[in-house]
This record gives sequence, C-alpha cells and structure tokens, in this order.
Amino acid sequence: MQLTVWTYEGPPHVGAMRVATGMTGLHYVLHAPQGDTYADLLFTMIERRGARPPVTYTTFQARDLGKDTAELFQSAARDAYARFQPQAMIVGASCTAELIQDDPAGLAQTMGLPCPVIALDLPSYSHKENWGAAETFYQIVRQLADRTRVAAPRDGRRPTANLLGPTALGFRHRDDIVEVTKLLAGLGIDVRMTAPLGAAPADITGIGEADFNVLMYPETGDQAARWLEKTFGQKFTRTVPIGVGATREFIAEAARLAGVDVPADPDSGRMPWWSRSVDSNYLTGKRVFVFGDATHAIAAARVARDELGFEVVGLGCYNREFARDIRAAAALYGVEPLITDDYLAVEEAIAAANCELVLGTQMERHIAKRLRLPCAVISAPVHVQDFPARHSPQMGFEGANVIFDTWVHPLVMGLEEHLLTMFRDDFEFSDAAGPSHLGHGAAPATTTQELPEAAMRPDVAAAVSPAPADPEGWLPDAERELMKIPFFVRNKARRNTERYASEKGVRSISVETLYEAKAHYAR
Amino acid sequence: MSVATAPAPSVVPSAALSSNLSADMLPVLRERGQREVFCGLTGIVWLHRKVQDAFFLVVGSRTCAHLLQSAAGVMVFAEPRFATAIIEERDLAGLADANEELDRVVRRLLARRPEIKLLFLVGSCPSEVIKLDLSRAAVRLNAGLGGDVRVLNYSGSGIETTFTQGEDACLAALVPVMPASDVSQLLIVGALPDIVEDQFRRLFAELGIARVASLPPRRAKDLASVGPGTRFLLAQPFLGDTAHALEERGAVHLPAMFPFGAEGTTAWLHAAAEAFGIDEMHFRSVVAPGRERAKRAIARHAERLAGKSIFFMPDSQLEVPLARFLSNELGMELVEVGTPYLHRSHLAADLAALPAGTQLSEGQDVERQLDRVRAARPDLTVCGLGLANPLEREGLSTKWSIELVFSPVHGFEQAGDLAELFARPLVRRDRLAV
Repeated sequence: MQLTVWTYEGPPHVGAMRVATGMTGLHYVLHAPQGDTYADLLFTMIERRGARPPVTYTTFQARDLGKDTAELFQSAARDAYARFQPQAMIVGASCTAELIQDDPAGLAQTMGLPCPVIALDLPSYSHKENWGAAETFYQIVRQLADRTRVAAPRDGRRPTANLLGPTALGFRHRDDIVEVTKLLAGLGIDVRMTAPLGAAPADITGIGEADFNVLMYPETGDQAARWLEKTFGQKFTRTVPIGVGATREFIAEAARLAGVDVPADPDSGRMPWWSRSVDSNYLTGKRVFVFGDATHAIAAARVARDELGFEVVGLGCYNREFARDIRAAAALYGVEPLITDDYLAVEEAIAAANCELVLGTQMERHIAKRLRLPCAVISAPVHVQDFPARHSPQMGFEGANVIFDTWVHPLVMGLEEHLLTMFRDDFEFSDAAGPSHLGHGAAPATTTQELPEAAMRPDVAAAVSPAPADPEGWLPDAERELMKIPFFVRNKARRNTERYASEKGVRSISVETLYEAKAHYAR
Repeated sequence: MSVATAPAPSVVPSAALSSNLSADMLPVLRERGQREVFCGLTGIVWLHRKVQDAFFLVVGSRTCAHLLQSAAGVMVFAEPRFATAIIEERDLAGLADANEELDRVVRRLLARRPEIKLLFLVGSCPSEVIKLDLSRAAVRLNAGLGGDVRVLNYSGSGIETTFTQGEDACLAALVPVMPASDVSQLLIVGALPDIVEDQFRRLFAELGIARVASLPPRRAKDLASVGPGTRFLLAQPFLGDTAHALEERGAVHLPAMFPFGAEGTTAWLHAAAEAFGIDEMHFRSVVAPGRERAKRAIARHAERLAGKSIFFMPDSQLEVPLARFLSNELGMELVEVGTPYLHRSHLAADLAALPAGTQLSEGQDVERQLDRVRAARPDLTVCGLGLANPLEREGLSTKWSIELVFSPVHGFEQAGDLAELFARPLVRRDRLAV
C-alpha cells in the first residue's frame, strides 16, 4: 500500500477517457461502480467541455454483485450503441470491475455489436493515467489501421505527416497543434491527421497513408508511433519542439523525414532577443527547480539553462516510464534526478534546493506558494487555469514567446529589484507593500492564514526554516541587519545564514555571520 | 405537552404527521441505469473540515485518491486531513499482507500527524470487493495504539453508498462509541457549518432547552453522550442509518420538516420545542425575529424565481426538502424531483407539503433523465458538475448541486443565501450579453 495525499496521475481508465473524449465517433463502455462517473467533471469543469465525455459507465452497486454484473455490462453496451451509434467502441474495466473479473472484452466480443469493439486491458493496480492513454491509443491504432492503405508515391505531391499524442485534458495540446501545424506548413508539409485529439475511428483506418509521424507527446503517443514505424515504415520525429533550440532542431528533423530542404534562417520569434535584451541580465544564474512529466520537464530544463541563462538546481518527473530520459537529462545539468510520484518528497526536495523559481505542475505551484517561491506551470496535471481563453502554446517559436512571458512574470523584475534596494529606507516603501506587479498586499499574513495545517506540520515547518544551530539563534544586531535586506530576498538570506551557521557550528548568529554566509553563498 | 394547535398556518406540527398517505399519493418513477452521482467517499471533503482532529484514511485505489482530489476542488492549499492508502498489485497478489501494510501506513501517518485523535479507516469499492475487514483492523489498531488515538471504520464505497450517504455511514460509526447517559438532552444530528450550528444553539438556549449537543462533534473528545433521555433532530435528510443506530441506543427521533427556509426552519425548531414542553407563546416570540428576517431575505429572490420551473437530478438526497422550500416559499414549479434514495419516513413532512402530483423519481438512468430535461426545458436544472456545462451548452441554466452541500444553507439566517443560490444562474443569464 502506498500512502497518498495528492496524486499526479489518475488511474489508467482516466487515460483511456482522455483518448476517447479527444476523439469523435468513438464510445467508451466502462465497467465501473457507482461513483466513478466523477471523472466526467474533469472534462466538463477543468477543460470546460460543452459535451459529456462519450463514456457509458455500468455503475454497479452492491446489490448487483450478488446477481449478474456481466448482464449489466452487456445491456449497458447494447444501449450505448443504440443511443450513440459510434463508429467504434472501446470497452474496459475500472479498478473495482477488474477485481470482479467479468471480462468486458470477452463479453463485448460475443455480443456481435455492429461496429469494431476494441478491448482494453488496463491494470489499475500497477499502472497510471499516462500509460492508460498510451495503451488505449496504441490499441485503437493497431486494431483500426488498415494495413493496405499506405503512403502513395511522392510523384511531386506535398509530403504529409500525422501529429500523434494530443488528447483531451492535455496541457496546452489545443494550442500546440496549431503551432506544430504552422511549423510544418512552413516546410511545405501537410498535416494528414491529428490523433487522438480530433480524429474519428474512420480517420484512423487511413493513418498509414502519411509519409511520417510527428510524435508531439511521447507520454501518450510513443507506443503507437513505434508500432506505426514497424508496420508502415513511418519514421517519426523525436524532438519535442519546446523552446527555440528544440524548435529549430525539430524543423531540421521534420525536413529530413519529409525529404525537403531545411530553411536557412527561420524566423525564431521574439524570445531570443527578449532574452538577450539587457533588462534580462538579472535572470542570469537564477536557481530553478524543474518538475513535471518527463517530456515537459526535460524541455523546460533546456530552455531554462540555454535560453534564459538560469541554473537548473533540480530536475525530476512523476512518470517512471520515462525515468531513463530524466536520468540522462539530469546528468547534463549535474543534478540528482528526482523520480517520484510522492508529492511530499517533491516538496522536501524543493525546500532543500534553495531555488529562486519553481517550474512545475499545479502541485508544485501549491508547494511554491507554501514556500513563498515564484512558480510557473509547465506540465500536467492540469487545472482550470491551464485552459486559458487566449492562444497559449508551449511548442514552436510562439510557444517560446509564451514561455518567456510565463516564466519571467512571477519573478521580481530586475529594474524593480534595483529600485527596491535603492529606496528600501523610504517610508513609503514598506515591506508590507509587496512587489507591485503581484498585487499581493501583505503577503506574509495571507500565507499564514492560508496554511494553518502546514504550519502544524513539524516536517514542513522544519523544511521551510531549518532550526538555527543554537537556541540563542539570531543576536539582536544581526536580526536588525537582516531586516535591512529587501524583503523578497530576506527569507533566502535567513535560510542561507542559518544553514551556514549550522554547518560551521556557529552557536549564535552575529552581523559577522550574516556577511560570512553572504560571501560563502555568493555566486 | 399536549398536542399543540398550529401556532402559525405555515407550521406543520409534528403530531399531524402520523400518516404519510399524502406522500404516498405522489407519483414516483423508479429507474435503473447509469447513475451520474458521487460515491460516499466525497463526504470526507466536508467531514474532515468539521471534525478538526479527525483524519480520514481511505483504503482504496488510485481512483479513490483521484476522486477525492477532484471533488475537493482539484487542489487544496494545505495538506488535508485525509489521504488514501492505495492498494497495489503486490497487496492483491498476496505478496504483502494487507493488514500489515495497513498497520504500517497508519503508523507512518500518525507519526507525521501527532495532533490526530480520531482516525477513520474508510472502506472503498476495491476494499469491499477483496473483503478487507476494516472493522477488525480498527480493533487491532486500537489495541496497539494504547488509547491515544481512537480508530473507527465505515464504508464510503460507491457500491454501498451514494454521495451524502458517506456522512451517514461515518456518523453511524460514531454512535456505538458515544458514552451512555440518561440525561435529558437535544441532539442535533448532521454536519453543519459551525456558524449555523451556533445559530441553532442560541435559538435552543433562548427557547429554554438547556442541554444541546451535536453529532458530529467539532473535536473528538467532545463526542456527545446518548441514551433514553436523548431526543434528536436530523439536520440532514440522508441520515437513515445514523438515526437507526441512535434509536438502538434509546434516543428518540423528533420527526420534522428539514430546516430550509422560514417554514422548514420554524417547523424543525418547533418539533424540539414541543418535545421539550416549551410554551407555545414563548416559542413564537423566540423564533419570530429570525423567521421574519428569513422571509424578508427570501422575498428579495421570490420575484426572480416565482413561476420558474426547476428539475432536480438525483444527487444529495436534499432534493425533496429543497423542492418543498422552492415550491412553497418561492413559488417555483417542480418539473421532476429526482433523488438517489427516497427515505419516506424521514421526509414525511416535506413530502406532505409538496404540491399534489409532484413528479418524484428515485434512482437514475441518466440518459433517459436527460431526455426528459431536454423535453421539458426547465428554467433551472439542479445537477452534478459532470452535467452542468453540457446542459448550459444546450442553453439550459443549471445550479451545481455540490454547492448546496458545501455552503451554509440551513436555518433562518441562511434562507436568503439558499434562495440566492438558485436565483444567481438566472440573474447571470439575464445580465450577460455575450
């Protein structure tokens, strides 16, 4: 058993729902107890979908268990077909139905439904959401793809590609599709289909007709892409175009697969110049902690170091399936990879990393709030805020522009930092005012109100402010000196000084210790 | 006290409710099919805020954990007082002893949270299906923990409980450990926001009912006693098992309308006043100010809501009393009042006050029910979050039912807020020009 407070991923059948909900003309019959319908609200509330997910749940109860739950499944499947007339159906079990072993796959096969029925075997007690999405998409492709329909000879026609991996409830998938399509169009490549998002089963039958595949999200599309390569000889792109450098590499890779020329000097958008502009000097060496799904985390680390000049001080992912990639990336930055789906372990790691910016998921956003660190969200699990009304991609050159704005915004701006230092003794410049651009007001007070429970937790409290080496702690002079340090770096100064004191065995912290620590940690 | 004549025309004295014949005359549509409802685990979301030193440990699957975090508004700021012990492959394969694993998880949890005084082991669909005996686990853990923490268990599984029934199961689990006492007291049963509970306590004190207790308590050590001197009012209509367990311990249920709106609240308070022999004139003078305030607050929304039609999808079991409030006090027209489970005896007073011919439905076939919603095109549909946006997209206004469970809506002082919850979607629709 695993003690879990918050989870990064849902069960694998939620992954299957992300595939089914993204597609059209497909229906999912899920053998599941009453209550599992909660998953509908992820799509209707977080993503604000105006239609229910195409899922029929058998919603069996205790009284059904003594009778015939298999019959319940079959009547649900029959009714679902009659009502929705899908082009194809997927059938499977949620965690509880898996235990009662009704075998939805076998039951559905014997029913003679007038459409293809794809059986899913998604083990709930060993696998999770992303794996469930990948497996579902793979099964759909494997069972529906018509192996006689292959790419026509080029004969001067434009090359074509499928975009693989986007799903419902994906982090910025909607907007990334637009950007990747634009990049390909710039190379004269047509998108034949995007799947699963927006594809119908009838489209999938012709998936082998594209010249190559663009694997946008390895978490959900890798398995299908590999099978398509084996079956149809379709090569696929392995570069995920997040960030300027990766986008340029992606263009080169796609051009190579399509057999077209790589454009000499693509318009890379504003991000490179924004980053070189002198006002961005203050970004140099900012310590960032990166956590998310492996693909987004690895891409974010690269952008952070190479395109914004940050220092990556932590890198990790919650999906073990991609642990090897994270380890390889972590080696590049000389950090210890953090591969865990334990939210509390991530919190400890962030608190220990002494970072100035967190790039993470909605979970890390809350951790960062608790630790009073700026944060930007780079990856699923998603929140209603991750579905902005405006176009807001992560991929392509426009994605890089968006990333620049999103990551830099939470930081105190460089010029503002100087002004705060210059005017810190000005009576109108009180600490309580807070950074003007965040509009927080008296930030420290709200923090304690928000977090009564965190404050009660000895482990977190300890992580936030390590106990000084000695009960004497800060001498009055040192405490006064500390108060002269601008409030937005004061916590860091306090932490560093206390850590330094504890490492050096200094019993009481004097002004001298404060400046010794400052010199020690100066970069 | 002898049977009182009705102090005001709108108050139905409990003695008049010996028969639920009138309720039986209401047509009830019983359906089986897909049920679009939460399971009982969801109750943890409000119960863990109410009992401040209790912790809820669900023994279940990743789905249970995912449900709780989704139902709790997706993300909560602080570490909550609930968690899930996720059953894994090796637990099922017998590679790990599930009981040892559970003990290990509980010890780790209690080491991290020393302030916890009451731990609920909450059963789920998977734990029920694999027949993990949580009551034995609770006994074993209680023996091992030496009395610092009390461990209880209940089931919030979807195969056994629907949404608010989780609270019923939780409170029913508390009843056997309530100390025995013959003392005369009034017990308010059902989790209410503290502010609402305090309002009721002030009213009961003014009425002259000296000893009033609540179930659940705010802190585990304040668990009320129970015995033949206990008379109890249900604050929520979904507490069938809890009421039964209290009756087993000698407590006496005071049947009444549920305390929604001016009429419901008056009738509910009156049931207690009557049982405790409070003078009728005194009762009227004590409730009059609150009752008047409630009526004024309701009147502000009546203009908007009167004559509007409303359809209740089954969700929290609050549907019947809320329909009674909206129909009788705000003049709304009831198209269909769906409820997951119709507890006839507890709802007798509210059922009797529904307009003749009100269409009730029990259970659900969500597709057919949505067909009826689309055919009737009600002005407002009360439904769960999974259905709200899809119906709005079809041009139908909705009220999220979960807000009715999470918000303070009981009693005189909240009657206006309750009416406002129903008026807001209509006001918003009128305001928007996009």
